[in-house]
Amino acid sequence: MKNPLNRRDFLKLAGLGGGVVFASTLSGCSWSEPARADAHMAADDFYFVQMSDTHWGFEGAPNPDAKGTLKKAVAAVNELGHAPDFIIFTGDLTHTTDDPKQRRIRMAQFHEIVAELKTPKVLFMPGEHDASLDRGEAYKEFFGDLNYTFDHKGVHFIALDNVSDPAASIGEAQLAWLAADLAQLPKDAKIVVFAHRPLFDLYPQWDWATRDGAKAVDLLMPYANVTVFYGHIHQENHHMTGHIAHHSAKSLMFPLPAPGSQPKRAPLAWDAEHPYRGLGVREIQTEKKRDAYAITELPVQKG
Amino acid sequence: MSLNQKRRLLLTAAALLGMGQLHAKDVSTPRVIKVVVRKFVFTPDTIQLKKGETVELELTTEDVVMGFNAPDLKARSDIIPGMVKRLRITPENTGKFTFHCDIFCGSGHEDMAGTIVVT
Repeated sequence: MKNPLNRRDFLKLAGLGGGVVFASTLSGCSWSEPARADAHMAADDFYFVQMSDTHWGFEGAPNPDAKGTLKKAVAAVNELGHAPDFIIFTGDLTHTTDDPKQRRIRMAQFHEIVAELKTPKVLFMPGEHDASLDRGEAYKEFFGDLNYTFDHKGVHFIALDNVSDPAASIGEAQLAWLAADLAQLPKDAKIVVFAHRPLFDLYPQWDWATRDGAKAVDLLMPYANVTVFYGHIHQENHHMTGHIAHHSAKSLMFPLPAPGSQPKRAPLAWDAEHPYRGLGVREIQTEKKRDAYAITELPVQKG
Repeated sequence: MSLNQKRRLLLTAAALLGMGQLHAKDVSTPRVIKVVVRKFVFTPDTIQLKKGETVELELTTEDVVMGFNAPDLKARSDIIPGMVKRLRITPENTGKFTFHCDIFCGSGHEDMAGTIVVT
């Protein structure tokens, strides 16, 4: 892909209380390394990659390269100069199908493609397209637990499942699990939450919400350093609930319109002049000395 | 008070009482609008209402569990197969308000929406 632009757009959001530094490349920009030369970087800082909404199995005009986009993104991530510590896919790995057999075929194909990622640690989360029709049964066969936690270099990560209930609820059982997990942490713990759907009412008219997401946010609110990364809406969106920052990721299949910007939540048309516009992956660099994260948005292909 | 005055007062009171009963009847038995749901359509998918009029949506599904959600009107309900769900709406503003299925029901779920037009 030809690279028409080559500059970064740095937006400082730290002043909003979330402690987030956000660095975004414009669509079509070349790949570039995160700002690791930043003087604030500690020796044990690290970065990870978020990939989202790959919708493997989708076919249609919004992406004439539906079978190639994910493979290009995998190749591009593999070309990063410094490998990320881990990669996480935040849901809608596959495009939904009413046929359970076809669902498994899509999951197997997706699994085979992302097995090409060179980074050893690759994590997955379900989206409603993967898990809502069978409450995650097929997903668990291929990718394991629907929700989980792990710790990495001083950061506590929590993956929440707000999709395997077709009504888009986290559910009381999982909320109790979340509360028990958080109870073990000091109030100044560095916490990153992954979810597929937004935990706040971004735009309920298009079902861009989690029915009981506010309960999860309430549980997280006593903790000073919480950042949420999610998918679902196929575009960047940055939102604060109190001191908690929420950042949505781009898709790797088709972009969706800005909330409420058009009557229907239909995919944006493919732009032949700017292929893959609106699609991409994201690097997230920890800056633990400042309790911050530097986010770098990257297009599908290295320019 | 003269006899005529008393008679007028009684007639007025009776009329007001009658109006009150009529009003109570209006609220207790609002206009019913049947909405039938199946994968992946609402029928009808456009619902015409009058501002301030209370209506009762009679929601049924022909196949799987569905949801009816009109966030701008703060109206939502699950729709369970074999059951009739009744949902009252009294729109306070004119305009066009979308509703959608908010229980993931299959490959056409994301296109499953309609419009309430309030005049």
